[in-house]
Amino acid sequence: MMTHRFLSLTAAAALLASAATAEEVRVYNWSDYIDEALLEKFEAETGIDLIYDVFDSNEVLETKLLAGGSGYDVVVPTGSFLQRQIQAGVFQKLDTSKLTNMGNMWDVIQDRTARFDPDNAYSVNYMWGTTGIGVNTAKVAEVLGEGAPVDSLALIFDPANMEKLQACGVHMLDAPDEVVPAALTYLGLDPNTQEADDLAKAEALLMSVRPYVQKFHSSEYINALANGDICVALGWSGDILQARDRAAEAENGVEIAYNAPKEGALMWFDQMAVPADAPNPDAAHKFINFIMDAQNMAAASNYVYYANGNKASQAFLAEDVIGDPAIYPTAEALANTYIKGPYPPKVQRVVTRLWTKVKSGI
Amino acid sequence: MRRALLIAVPYLWLLALFLVPFLIVLKISLSDTALAIPPYLPTLDFTEGWAGIWGFLQELDFENFTFLTQDELYWRAYLSSVQIALISTVLTLLVGYPIAYGMASAPEHWRATLMMLVILPFWTSFLIRVYSWMGILSNEGLLNQLLQGLGLIDQPLIILNTNTAVYIGIVYTYLPFMILPIYAALEKMDAALLEAAEDLGCSRLTAFWLVTVPLSRQGIIAGCFLVFIPALGEFVIPSLLGGSGTLMIGKVLWEEFFNNRDWPVASAVAVILLLILIIPIILFQRNEQKQREREG
Repeated sequence: MMTHRFLSLTAAAALLASAATAEEVRVYNWSDYIDEALLEKFEAETGIDLIYDVFDSNEVLETKLLAGGSGYDVVVPTGSFLQRQIQAGVFQKLDTSKLTNMGNMWDVIQDRTARFDPDNAYSVNYMWGTTGIGVNTAKVAEVLGEGAPVDSLALIFDPANMEKLQACGVHMLDAPDEVVPAALTYLGLDPNTQEADDLAKAEALLMSVRPYVQKFHSSEYINALANGDICVALGWSGDILQARDRAAEAENGVEIAYNAPKEGALMWFDQMAVPADAPNPDAAHKFINFIMDAQNMAAASNYVYYANGNKASQAFLAEDVIGDPAIYPTAEALANTYIKGPYPPKVQRVVTRLWTKVKSGI
Repeated sequence: MRRALLIAVPYLWLLALFLVPFLIVLKISLSDTALAIPPYLPTLDFTEGWAGIWGFLQELDFENFTFLTQDELYWRAYLSSVQIALISTVLTLLVGYPIAYGMASAPEHWRATLMMLVILPFWTSFLIRVYSWMGILSNEGLLNQLLQGLGLIDQPLIILNTNTAVYIGIVYTYLPFMILPIYAALEKMDAALLEAAEDLGCSRLTAFWLVTVPLSRQGIIAGCFLVFIPALGEFVIPSLLGGSGTLMIGKVLWEEFFNNRDWPVASAVAVILLLILIIPIILFQRNEQKQREREG
């Protein structure tokens, strides 16, 4: 519902020209997550028609995959979701002989993604980032003063701060898998905990700030931050940086900044994978290999302001991407991140119920 | 023979488009979750013949329905949906009735144009119309800019992401469904009846209450059902315009399905929603039938 369908003009023209015979590849990726010029480039290089759809939550993707017959050739779930989907038998192993650009990948990221996907047998990293805090610097300074803790989870989890911030608007991701670990981190607890007591403490913390949260949503905050409708968002690094750039383009005087929380930031990985029932696995590999090309990957990162797991692409990255510690954190900041694994079904139900309570009060 | 055929068509229609999907949902609601494709067990295996079907039936149980009674979330969500749907229906009636009345009293050559104006918004996608309300109601949106520009308010009114926005969205979206049946009822009304009432000493207002309203009753009832039934299960409007506190069963169902990956519980929620809806639908049917009998 929140996804809109993007069909590049060339794809539409090509479809009309050769409706039945043309080779097709269907890609399902996150919204606002690619330079659309790359899609046309792929079609021009390979002659394969590319149908590119977007989603804005892992849950929507997962439900389509578990229903079976999604019709997609390439999908891009986040690591913890990928891990569970591999167990459910959703994906096929990648044929590395078709992925000639494998040598471009960055071992630092490969080591981390192997925790979700052992030996990286089923997936290739597309992009990665951190979950942190985006602020409208002027408005937050106006409300909380110059010393506002913009790089700390205290900004969004301390009711005293939130009470003042509610007037200018706070959004949080509608993703319990990200917000609950952040709350646990603020409390000094293990973000991966499955203990009922710890989760109850996180719930109590979230309940204390929920009256001040205007909305839990996973994509609206990009525009809302950029337009000045809200002043704080707990969101994904690159999305907040996109909001910063949209505001700058609009010249509306809104200044947005992103900070990974100093208490520790969740680091996540979006992985390209091929469903077991993909109609055209061969074209899927071609698409993945195309994205793994150093220059193509760099073009995508330069456009969306997310870091990628492609070492060779770094030579082609713009200075304001590779040089921005909000995108490519320093080694020190990288050490201050954590990885979140999937919950087993029983704990998942507890967390979802907790999340419903946080959102609705019941 | 011809009569039987004629009756068979709507029944086949109901069977294919209502009963079969309902049975599928009912079947899932009696299953258990699993980490697989599809994410529930048991699945029906016809290759084993009758033994397979019998084994399948034995694994079904009502556990998920019991689960729904153990958590207050579900009945509160049903109740809150009924409340939101009821309030929206009343608001839609209050807005829709004068419009329908105005249309019916307009000169005859205007009516087609007015009717067109009511239907015209349907030519734009429903989603786009709801999204444009987000643009109107947001903190920096058109409405707040207008009110602040006029100096009527200092701080922006917070409307978007509240229940008020949900009511605005539902009333706006379902307004034509209220106007059209009321208009149809009012248009048939004989103006001479009002003249007669006034001749007999009624003021215009009493004549409206004693003559016009009762004669448009069927239209009002039809309009209210057409708004209430879809508003009860509404998902898109509360998720786009509503805030975190807007509790509606459509959203709860979404969470069971997508966040918990618990298709069986989600199906159980849907089955109960259907049962809640069947009651007003049966009442609606009876009302229609009575009307036909009276006219026939």
